Amino acid sequence: MTTALSPRALGVALVALALLLAPVAFSEQQYLLRVVTTAAIYAIAAYGLNIILGLTGQLSLAHGAFFGLGAYTVGLLTTDYDWSFWTSFLVAIVGTTVLGYVSGLIALRTQGAYFAIFTMALGFLVFITITRWESLTHAHSGVSGVKYPESIGPIDFSEPATMYYFVLLFLAGVVYTTHALLRSNAGRSLVAIRTSEDLAKSIGVNVAVNKQLAFTASATIAGLAGALFASLNGFIGPDSAGIDRTFEMLLFLLIGGLGTVMGPLLGSLLVAFLFEMLQDLETYRFIVLGPIIVLLVIFAPRGLVGYLNDLVPARFRRTDTTLSAEPLPAGSTTTNDEVL
Amino acid sequence: MLLEVRGLGKTFGGLDAVKGVDIDVPEGRITAIIGPNGAGKSTLFNLLAGFYRPTSGTVTFRGKDITGMKPHRTVREGIARTFQTTQLFEDATVLENVLAGCVVRSRSNAIDAVLRTPRYRRDERASKERAMAELEFVGAAHLAHEIASKLPQEAQKRVSMALALATQPRLMLLDEPAAGTNDEETEAFGDLIRQMVDRGITVCLVEHKMSMVMNLADQIVVLDHGQRIAAGTPAEIKQDPLVIEAYLGAHDHQAGARP
Repeated sequence: MTTALSPRALGVALVALALLLAPVAFSEQQYLLRVVTTAAIYAIAAYGLNIILGLTGQLSLAHGAFFGLGAYTVGLLTTDYDWSFWTSFLVAIVGTTVLGYVSGLIALRTQGAYFAIFTMALGFLVFITITRWESLTHAHSGVSGVKYPESIGPIDFSEPATMYYFVLLFLAGVVYTTHALLRSNAGRSLVAIRTSEDLAKSIGVNVAVNKQLAFTASATIAGLAGALFASLNGFIGPDSAGIDRTFEMLLFLLIGGLGTVMGPLLGSLLVAFLFEMLQDLETYRFIVLGPIIVLLVIFAPRGLVGYLNDLVPARFRRTDTTLSAEPLPAGSTTTNDEVL
Repeated sequence: MLLEVRGLGKTFGGLDAVKGVDIDVPEGRITAIIGPNGAGKSTLFNLLAGFYRPTSGTVTFRGKDITGMKPHRTVREGIARTFQTTQLFEDATVLENVLAGCVVRSRSNAIDAVLRTPRYRRDERASKERAMAELEFVGAAHLAHEIASKLPQEAQKRVSMALALATQPRLMLLDEPAAGTNDEETEAFGDLIRQMVDRGITVCLVEHKMSMVMNLADQIVVLDHGQRIAAGTPAEIKQDPLVIEAYLGAHDHQAGARP
């Protein structure tokens, strides 16, 4: 069976293996492991944005804010209120879900560019609240001393490798969810909306409800990533809820490949790697990053994953749409094959 | 009657696009809606499928009042439609396109997909079988793995019909199924429409090609300026002085009112 050996499956397996072995490779370099862990957290957030933007085609610019809300929930609850990480974590996830749902009800009444503007305003609202409501959020002093997750039996989360695997668990979860969604009717409904709302309606897709669910799910995932970020970092400031966060997530998605299964992950890892390499340049790093993005847009408009998929020989393509009733091996990532 | 339309009206900013239209669509027949450009035919379709909300009148489908029902619900009730300009999910393969049409009849949700429940597996298998069957029906099964946007117009039209059929409709609204096709292809689409009727699907179509309409329709409804000016069999319509004046008078039958 060719599918088992397809370049795509092989690529996915390699990425998975590399991620699993990262703590071993970086055992002497705690700092680098931390960089990879942070990149993995950003990747989780990018998967959140991927659901509403990549699959459903709605440009939401509020995702930095949801990330920040998750981070501040865990940050403030575990420090000022001395809650345990696990309870705060749960509250952060439920909280961002509820906020995502409610803001979705209003935001999704707008379309296209108006939706983008509205969600951006929403993002600023959260950011301004954090910087101005000093008695609650400590404004620019930020929140320090955020707790690591409390140990479960012998599992000690202050150990960097443990924290890394903890994050990796969630990352695997969102990658798999994206994969499963794309080959299901639920995912097809979302992609139908992205392609044409009229056509989606004509085949019986409830556009309003599906957008609402996608927006809520993506807010939840962003909030979850924020919560993990707060715990890993130990310190959070208002910039963790800023619009820059949103644009970073967008960058990961664009570089990796919108609406693909592996795109957000590859984009996040690659950009994190580039940021590290260019760290000495500080704010000037965009001088280097800018041209790279321009080149990508010209030569790989569908992102890294889209580009790689185009290299995959035709005989390996579209094997996953054959009429076998059995689910096919994981790891198909091409837009053409997977999306819809 | 499968579909009963009574006094249906739609105004756009004070302008009557459709006004007081009555139509009866009998089950298992082909009803054609004709009329000059701007007569309100597409607006009528949009009203029936729920894309527009009527400003007056009622639509009853299988005895149930569906006036103002949203499109995703009319599809569930059993009304499918195609668009005047063929619409497909262009980047997706033909099969994936038709699979999207199976969504409305599926029982499984996102959680089933993530957990791969038996319901999800059953659903996926059934969807794929149905999609392939519909492609077979419209004669596009061999194109299943082609990218939709790369197909010629005629094939895309077939696929869009398979997509609409995949929603398992009782009533099919076809908006100019033969637009932009040559005589031979028009003939083939006519056959396809007859086969739909043989399957028990009632067809309602808007078409400018008079040859097709006269050959195919059991019943013709003529609209002009948003109002129904005549209804009857093709033979009756051909004789109707109002129709001849409004629509056929200045043109020969073949050219219709196409500019």
